[in-house]
Amino acid sequence: MSDKFDVAIVGAGPAGSAAALTLAREGLSVVVFERGEFPGAKNMFGGVLYTTILNKLVPNFWEEAPVERQIVKRRFGLLSEKSEAAFEFRCEDYNAAPPYNQSFSALRARFDPWLAKKAEEAGALIIPETVVDDLIWEGDKVCGVKARREGGDILADVVIAADGVNSFLAKKAGLRKEFKWNVLAVAAKEVIGLPREVIEDRFGLEGDEGVAMEFFADSVAGMVGGGFIYTNKETLSVGIACSIDAFIGKKIVPNDLLERFKKHPSIRRLIRKGETLEYSGHMIPEGGFNQVPQILTDGLLLAGDAAHLVNASLYHEGTNLAMASGLYAAEAIIEAKKKGDFSKQGLKSYQEKLECSFVMKDLKKYQKVEAWAHANPKFFTEYPDLLLDLIKDYFTISEKPKQTIQENLYKKFRTHLSPLRAMIEINKLRKTFL
Amino acid sequence: MNIAVCIKQVPATESKIKPAADGLDIDRTGLSYVVNPYDEFGVEEALKIKEQLDTGTVTVITIGPEKAVEALRTCLAVGADEAIHIKDDALTGGDALCTARVLAAALKKGNYDLIFFGRQAIDDDSGAVGIHVAELLGLPHVAGINKFELNADGLKAVAHRQIEGAAEVVEARLPAIFTCQKELNEPRYASLPGIMKAKQKPMTVWSLADLDLSAEDVGASAAKVKLEKITSPPVREAGKTIDGDTAHAVSELVRLLHEEAKVL
Repeated sequence: MSDKFDVAIVGAGPAGSAAALTLAREGLSVVVFERGEFPGAKNMFGGVLYTTILNKLVPNFWEEAPVERQIVKRRFGLLSEKSEAAFEFRCEDYNAAPPYNQSFSALRARFDPWLAKKAEEAGALIIPETVVDDLIWEGDKVCGVKARREGGDILADVVIAADGVNSFLAKKAGLRKEFKWNVLAVAAKEVIGLPREVIEDRFGLEGDEGVAMEFFADSVAGMVGGGFIYTNKETLSVGIACSIDAFIGKKIVPNDLLERFKKHPSIRRLIRKGETLEYSGHMIPEGGFNQVPQILTDGLLLAGDAAHLVNASLYHEGTNLAMASGLYAAEAIIEAKKKGDFSKQGLKSYQEKLECSFVMKDLKKYQKVEAWAHANPKFFTEYPDLLLDLIKDYFTISEKPKQTIQENLYKKFRTHLSPLRAMIEINKLRKTFL
Repeated sequence: MNIAVCIKQVPATESKIKPAADGLDIDRTGLSYVVNPYDEFGVEEALKIKEQLDTGTVTVITIGPEKAVEALRTCLAVGADEAIHIKDDALTGGDALCTARVLAAALKKGNYDLIFFGRQAIDDDSGAVGIHVAELLGLPHVAGINKFELNADGLKAVAHRQIEGAAEVVEARLPAIFTCQKELNEPRYASLPGIMKAKQKPMTVWSLADLDLSAEDVGASAAKVKLEKITSPPVREAGKTIDGDTAHAVSELVRLLHEEAKVL
């Protein structure tokens, strides 16, 4: 094929499609390769989509985008074998008018094809069921891709590798090293069908309101990570996501951990009588700021999971960062085209845009989360168990005088943790997360 | 040689099918679609003949909603030259004969020497449309072919059919209709240039009016067969496990076979 494109994008996930949409609107010729049967076929996330960037890409997206419910309620639960303590927040302000709090539950198998379709309507050529095996080089500059099809060599001024967490292209270009197990998480998820009214009654929702629930500690056998339930219109997204080294250490497979999660008394009641409609698993790049590879070189940019752009704090933000990186990559390419310079130097505004935005600022702020989680296993096992035990003692009714109960409670606490130690631990937690 | 291939877009084979709420269709939410695999054999055979003769055109024809255009593009990407998309809301509720009337009208507008169908569509499995079209057009028809050869003069073709314990070899004078069975060939994958060129290839869209047909001819009111209901096959009940020590379990099993299953 002698035709040359301005930009070849590998991966029609949110990063690739956001880039394709932005570039095509500027009149650049764009081809997007997607290895799945259709965009989104191979993609998954827990379930909450933040939409600040989407609203820039497609203003008033809520009128047409296949999002499920606006998230008006957030809940964080701490589980032990038999107990649960939770923090829950809901606010009517999150429910006032679109785009609500810029957070929606969604299913990627529906959202991703929609975003890709927007890019296609803007003029991008989307080619599904096509794997890209390699880059084409001209000296030190990337100048195209090799797609696994007859006549699959495609030339382009710039290539965007938006090929996901395992980005083979980033590796082939020497932009990233092999991963260590502690920087990757594995998620297993089921989409469980329930009638709309049941979901609304069971979770205290009205209309299209939704809740994001996350569960820590015994929910995932004390591993670094957590479990989740996000409400969709007529389904629940139910899953677990834990660090790979935790799975290796515990010698448990993700599917078994998910089954265990679903059987917990706190979870079982929320999903009962549901019908499992889909099962999926995926890796999540959770290494944060320190794991972000070199994100550009001559003729090549990395975006989305390929650039390790996931905020693994309590916000669990990945898809929004992917769309942001796709948008910034496209903007940088548009500027580079005006200068006619697609070298590292010509494309460097991509890096600047990421650094000046919430994307890198947030990753930087939460850069210690991953290391903290691995260095403090007690926060996933011993401390939650102790806390739940103390709360249980506090509320257990007996003829013992309350004064005695509380004294015993304090004694129990002291045998596990000195007040000074507790102060230090809490301070570390605060510094890492807040 | 002008070759037409009639194709249908069907739910992908791995789809989880359940009846729609009204029981008159399947629930189509979240389904992904493919070109009916038997039709792909027809497309491949047409392309092979064109390549062998080094001349001619391959036209793919489908009836279906807007979405069916994807199936046509897939065929264009592997090498078909043009596509005809017949869509009309009035077609809803028609039967195989209605579909055949529409396709016959469309085929009459082209001057085709050879027409391929899949032996059946894997969604409704009726396997009737190709035969009906042959009847309506007064053409020879060979069903379920697994080998095809064009005679040197290009006026006749020989096709093989698998029958119980033997192969039947049939000759037909062209133009003729052949419905394709598996083993006929190995459908090719689209090349990248093929996929790109497919976007530029001609796509004709016809409504019933373009074919001088009306809803009375081919719509629900013309159907001789009416779909009454689609239901799921009965769910198999879970087996029963008898706990306890072997001696007790055996006597319990015998009791259940005798009293509940009533087979002893």
